[in-house]
Amino acid sequence: MANSRYWLSFGMLAILIAVTGWVQGWSVALSLLTVGLISAVMALGLNMQWGYAGLFNAGVMGFSAIGAIACVLVSMPWVTASMSIGLETLLQNPEGQQQAIETLQQDLPRRIAAEQQIGVAWLIGAVSAVLAWGINWALRSRFSGGRRAIIVVLILAVGLMFFQNRFDPAIRVIESTGFGDDSKYLGGLQLPILLAWIVGGGLAALAAWVIGKIALGLRSDYLAIATLGISEIVIALLKNEGWLTRGVLNVTGLPSPVPSAKALQLAPYHLEMGTSLIVNKVAFLAIIVLFLAAFLWLAHRALHSPWGRMMRAIRDNEEAAGAMGKDVVMRHRQVFICGSFLLGVGGAMLATYVLQFEPAGYQPLRYTFLIWVMVIVGGSGNNLGSVVGGLLIWFVWIQAEPAASWLFHVLGDQYAQGGNEWARTMIDRAPQMRTLVMGMVLLLVLRFAPRGILPEALQRK
Amino acid sequence: MAYLTDLLNGFLWMFNFLMLPAITYGSMLALGALGVTLIFGILRFAHFAHGDMMAFGAMISLIGVELLNHFGIFTYPVPAGLLFLPVAMLLTVLLAIGLDQSVYRYYRRMKSPPVVFVMASIGIMFLLNGLTRLIKGAELSKFNARRTFGIEEVDVAALTEQLGKRAVRTRTDVATEGEIVQVSEPEFVFFTVRQFKEATGLSEGFGLDLIQLIMVALAVSIFLGLYWFLRRTRTGKSMRAFSDNEDLALLSGIDPQKVVFVTWLIAGSLAAVAGTMYGLDKGYKPFTYFQMILPIFAAVIVGGIGNPQGAILGGYLIAFTEIFITANYRKVANYLLPEPLEVMGNLQLLGTEYKFGVSFLILVLVLLFRPTGIFRGKVF
Repeated sequence: MANSRYWLSFGMLAILIAVTGWVQGWSVALSLLTVGLISAVMALGLNMQWGYAGLFNAGVMGFSAIGAIACVLVSMPWVTASMSIGLETLLQNPEGQQQAIETLQQDLPRRIAAEQQIGVAWLIGAVSAVLAWGINWALRSRFSGGRRAIIVVLILAVGLMFFQNRFDPAIRVIESTGFGDDSKYLGGLQLPILLAWIVGGGLAALAAWVIGKIALGLRSDYLAIATLGISEIVIALLKNEGWLTRGVLNVTGLPSPVPSAKALQLAPYHLEMGTSLIVNKVAFLAIIVLFLAAFLWLAHRALHSPWGRMMRAIRDNEEAAGAMGKDVVMRHRQVFICGSFLLGVGGAMLATYVLQFEPAGYQPLRYTFLIWVMVIVGGSGNNLGSVVGGLLIWFVWIQAEPAASWLFHVLGDQYAQGGNEWARTMIDRAPQMRTLVMGMVLLLVLRFAPRGILPEALQRK
Repeated sequence: MAYLTDLLNGFLWMFNFLMLPAITYGSMLALGALGVTLIFGILRFAHFAHGDMMAFGAMISLIGVELLNHFGIFTYPVPAGLLFLPVAMLLTVLLAIGLDQSVYRYYRRMKSPPVVFVMASIGIMFLLNGLTRLIKGAELSKFNARRTFGIEEVDVAALTEQLGKRAVRTRTDVATEGEIVQVSEPEFVFFTVRQFKEATGLSEGFGLDLIQLIMVALAVSIFLGLYWFLRRTRTGKSMRAFSDNEDLALLSGIDPQKVVFVTWLIAGSLAAVAGTMYGLDKGYKPFTYFQMILPIFAAVIVGGIGNPQGAILGGYLIAFTEIFITANYRKVANYLLPEPLEVMGNLQLLGTEYKFGVSFLILVLVLLFRPTGIFRGKVF
């Protein structure tokens, strides 16, 4: 019985994708499938936090953005290095490039100095932090907490002043110099993008550790509000710290783990244009599938191990589990970090798929609450449920737009052509229907199938 | 004497650029936080859809204003948005109660854990978000945006008389070559910064307009009215009892349906007021309302969950810290410091783009050092 549910839901999804491919073209269907599976990775991460442990993480957006920025910091070229390479190539053929060469020759030393200044600034910051911590520790028996706090704040304030003194002019140089399109920021380390995915997950896990220190162990709503706040702060940082992230200028041209469609048309592949597009997408999809399969296998093993049983026990009755000697807060932190790792990897995958990092594009509805809908609809606590939820909800989210557009056109075209201004604006706003539809889906599932499409499999003897 | 003038100038700068905005923003936050804290206290969940409920209320007011203007009616000097406040409140309350009956009531009957309610409120957030954007779009629209009329549609002389010469402009439309009238309804101003400066001879000053004054007056009267309601009336007392101890309240014969009904009544109308106020001040944009839930939650938790006085205090506290921490104090410092010490760069602790960070920081500090909030609210 339980098995037929799995076959049915995956069969339905296969049909949906196949119909999409048939009607809208295979390229569309492949994109849908890829982003759906990336969403499934994120849903799996959230499912660990919510489904296994009952942790309410409303900051999915922040973790996925951290994963995305890791792609930039790990895989983009170091701008200063590309500047000096660019200068060399220009010098070999200086014909008509005099101005560019002069600018580069001026900017390059300024920029290198600025990079050093940034290093010094952070060193000052680190030293003052260590100093404050050390003095706080050294005076712990002589002064009360309040007085020590004043001293610590004073040291940090002075440190901040020196920090800004070096840092602010330096980043102004960084943000105004560069070479080529993707410059005016520090750049990255030019390492393989797949490494960036893992680093992204790691950074997200690190952030989760910090948040867990603060907010875990409090009431569940507090964690939700705290994570919501953190994710907004992460996005604000990514938008405004242009020296590191390029801010609202966006970073385009992230490297892809698979050869681009254009590269596939050239030597040594020599594919036709149509085929090359499909091959590129299929190759990317294959990598996502590999990662997802690995994560699913790990999650499955974890969930069906003593550890998984313990997590469920903690979720279902914290007091009882605590009384049995389980360290509830520590276990919560553990699973929170694991889940956030997957959220980070998912975010990195998404940025790699669209080949750009766009901080202004992060909206909580799309990046936090949509993933929530996926987990709830798929079935919280069920790993395959996350996959079903991810694919299905992504499908609905994407297809709601053309569907609503079509519906509104059918209903309103006669009026709009008759010059009815209102009908015309309504037709223009049809894409907004998707959030409405999503709300309905979430409310209906919560009400009539609270355990989701694939309910958590309870092991009964 | 000269130093005294400098001191006064510094203070006036702070009053105009920090205190006045903080008071209006704080009033708005406090009204929102009151609703959230009541829902938190009585229905026992974090109402994530509150920002979108505020957007809904503001949208109703905005539609009302646009309808009025559509027929060439301008209500200057009274801001038209305020005239539609009762309608907005009514519709928002109806929406809130309708949603409660169709969504939350089921979970109350099932005695679901709070987290399910939060989840449902996220569903409603999506729903309202789609609804407001469908009806009024996602772009910024001002309550007193410029409206265009054909020359024969409106009485130009009467409008000029009412709104002033600068607000009403007639010109020939490039496309149709017909005469059109462009009307941008001004805000009623008691005095502007420039008038203040000219009158006093100081180099800094502040302006005061009717909307600010009404906002603060309205907020304060709502606070007082609500305080009276919760302390003195039977229904208010039963609400406090219900929030304090649900089982005991039920045993004493308090009707839970009525308590829930009144809670939504208050929370919905406060959301409409807060939303309209913010819209009158800064313009209507759905996304900003959604973002408002973070400072509102911070205000609620800082003030102590379920505690109305705490929510008001928390609202103002968050508003003042957000604005004072992200302000650039260069001008004040230059008024106060002697000339040789003039500050050339920025004297700013944190950029304004990080103001959400400030409310979050306060939230974290309170969670760490006093999880029950300043006024000792509930901890569940």
